[in-house]
Amino acid sequence: MQRVYEVMFIVRPDIMEEDVDKLIATLQGNATQAGATVKNTEKMGKRRLAYDVKKFQEGLYVLMTLEGDGKAIHELERRLRVTEQVIKFITVRMDEEQQRLEKVRKLRASHARRPPAEAAVPETDSAAANA
Amino acid sequence: MADESNQEVSTPSPRPQSRERSGPGGAGRDSGGRKFFRRKKVCKFCVEKIDEISYKDVRLLQQFVAERGKIVPRRLTGVCTPHQRRLTSAIKRARNIALLPFSAR
Repeated sequence: MQRVYEVMFIVRPDIMEEDVDKLIATLQGNATQAGATVKNTEKMGKRRLAYDVKKFQEGLYVLMTLEGDGKAIHELERRLRVTEQVIKFITVRMDEEQQRLEKVRKLRASHARRPPAEAAVPETDSAAANA
Repeated sequence: MADESNQEVSTPSPRPQSRERSGPGGAGRDSGGRKFFRRKKVCKFCVEKIDEISYKDVRLLQQFVAERGKIVPRRLTGVCTPHQRRLTSAIKRARNIALLPFSAR
């Protein structure tokens, strides 16, 4: 069962930039090995944390979009838990939400086509009234 | 933001015993105590057509979090039920990943 997941994790702020890249690369390797495909990885930069996490006040946010089954995600989560540089992570399943969004957009698109036609009618009426 | 909602708290709320619930818009005309007009609150997400309420969008979520980090109730913000549900889960996710505080100060 292939599903789309989003894994966001926070890397401790006191490590070097290239180490972060290395860490991300290894995690991507782990994910692909576990049977997931990494679609996108985004470094969201350093951010102040809303509360202290392991005595850190800020952290480097990294967002990973993956496609895979639950087992692969489970394995990746285990890795994240073991990795010391990662101070916090969250996994969110996105596929259902994406489907819902698509549906809403489609609905909206079909609705958007109708109103202009309705709006055009009163316009002509008012134009006639003015004339 | 938060100040405004706090002010709205101080306005007399509809009495619990009155059966017909006056919605946030229909204030003023019934229940003799209140004479001033309160403008109708509308759901921000419906009006601005925001489909996705993502936990990553801190700017958006922050508008619905009080100073101390609490989620502002629907009756103060005017958000509709389905959107409030999504908003709540998004705020809770954001709290988990330290984008929003569980409690500030």
